[in-house]
Amino acid sequence: MTVSGAPTAAGPPERARESVLVAMSGITKRFPGVLANDRVDFDVKPGEVHTLFGENGAGKTTLMRILYGFYQPDEGEIRLGDERVVIASPAGAIRLGIGMIHQHFMLVNTLTVAENVALGLKSSRGPLTDLARVSKRLSELAERYGLRVNPKAHVWQLSVGERQRVEILRALYRDVALLILDEPTAVLTPGEVDTLFAVLRQLAEAGRGLVFISHKVKEVLDLSDRMTVLRAGRRVGTLDRSDATREALIEMMVGRTLVTEVQPPKAESGAVVLGVRALVVRGDRGDDAVRDLDLEVREGEVVGIAGVSGNGQRELAEAIAGLRKPSGGTVRLAGSDISGAGPAVARSAGLAYVPEERLRDGVVPDFSVMENLLLVDSHKAPYSRLGFLQNSVIRRHCARLVEEFDVRTPSLDTPVRTLSGGNIQKLIMARELVRRPKFLLVAQPTRGVDIGAAQYIHNRLISQRDAGTAILIVSEDLDELMAISDRVLVMYEGRIIGSADPRTAAREELGLMMAGITTPA
Amino acid sequence: MSEFFSQTVLTATFTAALGLAAPFLFATLGETMGQRSGVINLGVDGIMLLSAFATYYAALQTGDLLVAVLAGMGVGLLLGVVTALASVTLKAEQGISGIGIYLFGLGFSDLLFIKLVGTPRPIPQLNTLAIPVVDRIPVLGPILFQQTVLVYVAFLLVPVVTVVLNRTTYGLNVRAAGENPAAADSVGISVARIRWSTVLFGCTMAGLAGAALLLYDGIFVQDITQSQGFIAVALVYFGAWRPFGVMAGSLLYGLTIAVVLQWKSLGIIPVSASDLAAAAPAVLTIMVLVIIARRFRQPAALGKPFERAA
Repeated sequence: MTVSGAPTAAGPPERARESVLVAMSGITKRFPGVLANDRVDFDVKPGEVHTLFGENGAGKTTLMRILYGFYQPDEGEIRLGDERVVIASPAGAIRLGIGMIHQHFMLVNTLTVAENVALGLKSSRGPLTDLARVSKRLSELAERYGLRVNPKAHVWQLSVGERQRVEILRALYRDVALLILDEPTAVLTPGEVDTLFAVLRQLAEAGRGLVFISHKVKEVLDLSDRMTVLRAGRRVGTLDRSDATREALIEMMVGRTLVTEVQPPKAESGAVVLGVRALVVRGDRGDDAVRDLDLEVREGEVVGIAGVSGNGQRELAEAIAGLRKPSGGTVRLAGSDISGAGPAVARSAGLAYVPEERLRDGVVPDFSVMENLLLVDSHKAPYSRLGFLQNSVIRRHCARLVEEFDVRTPSLDTPVRTLSGGNIQKLIMARELVRRPKFLLVAQPTRGVDIGAAQYIHNRLISQRDAGTAILIVSEDLDELMAISDRVLVMYEGRIIGSADPRTAAREELGLMMAGITTPA
Repeated sequence: MSEFFSQTVLTATFTAALGLAAPFLFATLGETMGQRSGVINLGVDGIMLLSAFATYYAALQTGDLLVAVLAGMGVGLLLGVVTALASVTLKAEQGISGIGIYLFGLGFSDLLFIKLVGTPRPIPQLNTLAIPVVDRIPVLGPILFQQTVLVYVAFLLVPVVTVVLNRTTYGLNVRAAGENPAAADSVGISVARIRWSTVLFGCTMAGLAGAALLLYDGIFVQDITQSQGFIAVALVYFGAWRPFGVMAGSLLYGLTIAVVLQWKSLGIIPVSASDLAAAAPAVLTIMVLVIIARRFRQPAALGKPFERAA
């Protein structure tokens, strides 16, 4: 289905390359209290992958949501070919041949793959759906691009990687001339990333324009023809692939050079602090998310749990933290059995916990910095006497923590929801570490955290380890785990299917394990 | 008790059950469409009350039952505009705005009745329409095929709504809007338009339910629905958001009411216990809801106004 007015994706790439598919110029977008985009210029040519690179909150997604009709720019214009266009809604963008794959997939889980693809399209059978026809064309497309999915499967039955395939197929089905992908690799294994990149190159070679949003330098250099770097809503610059280097990109992204992370020396590890035996934990869907899992973390060591999301990591962390009752096995912390005893018991046994969903589980967003820093210990002396909060003591204590952990906040009374992800994370770390835990459990320590804060958090974790704390980190960022762990364990379908020493193991080997493939030792 | 099991009485009971089920069926089918698109409408009972009065008043004035039914549906449509404006466009808390509509319908229908009618007067009766040939089938014929036209329409709507929901592009959009409105929005479907359409349909059906109830009873009294509109909302959960499911619920409810009425008139239930017996259908619903309906999942975005995320 070719849409009138849409730039055609057909034709030899050579000829198409000369023109510009879409050009955004002088785009400014303000949200209450935030300047999300500040006079940004951005264009895409047919047949190229143009990357938008920058830290979280740099304005990449906002810019693309404007192009996709979700938001209207406050200033600036969008031209499609030679024509100035106003894209008032996603429907308008689709009509112009623009497709977008969002970071959080826009699929309806209770519908089938074919139904999701048909959604929003005109049917060839008038008011009735034409799912048989959609399925047939879908299978042809899937065949051509090597994106196999079953059109009759319900989306909730699919893995994250498969869901992304459905999203891409849906865009191909609509024959988009321009495809925007917002952080498409965040949920994939390294192997799946390679497959995705192969498909994206194939699409570009066919003359389509692609926008790839990412903050991962390696991927950006692998895939892009051009890259535009955004920082704090402004365009810092645009590089051709031939001019780009890792160092240049990072410097443009953060505005200063960063020291490359050094592998930390392995500290002497001591007695077992956390011992998990034959743990079975039920997931939200009622099936076993963690199956017969054994795990040990010793004093003074960092153990990293790698894996693609949804392989039981969240349930494992919640079971250790006492938030989810295990249906079998034991969790022992510093010698006492805390299995299923609840978070209060776990904490008094020496647990500190930095949860994955920090705005939901880690803080009370509408409470102030001070109130959040005090959440865990508010009932204890010296912060509370006879049930009354001791405000001056608390204020001094919190001021010291904010200072020490470099939490950048206008004041102690600022509501936490207004802080950036990195500062919220530092605040939670401050609250948890000040309790001098024997065992620290951190889920996704730097997800959505800017590079500067991430580096601070990593250093802090290392120094905590060197002070003797046993640390367990659950992360989907393999590079992060390899940089700061003493041991990396890979979790797949509820089990630990392998472990590796990050100093000697190859990244690819861990990637294969994340996909469930183990090589016989 | 034995006289209840005579064929005449049983036939009368089942015939009444279908007639009593029809108003539930109209209301639940409409509410099903709304809920599948993500809007819960608790104002059904208020709409039924006002529509019942409108039907009654139009029948009194014109003597034409078609005009009366259309008046009832028109009132439903009008309140549908109010409901959709509150629940969809203004993104109000749906439970609370629904209760507002209910209280308005309850009070206003009574006020209009006192001001415009005063003493109850009878209206023409809606005749039964026997379907030739099949109405002579022994036992089932008189029960199924000697009903009013409204009963036939109600039951014919069940497969129609099923096909619309499951086989049409519109139905696909409705289901998407109720499960993941952000996804629907991102492929260019107007969630607001879809929800407006289902709410208008649902409220018009609630109006038809009020008309059907009024014509079955033949006279308007204060609170004529006795909360049947709320039961209808519960029956949508009972029927797991599926047209044939809500039909089963409506039939069960119609039958229970018919049996209780029959037992009362036969003296099987003593007068002193009649109020208690009237609660039987409600108790039944709660039991079934607790035991069966929990296994089914409601539309994920039910009751949530849709707004594009920042």
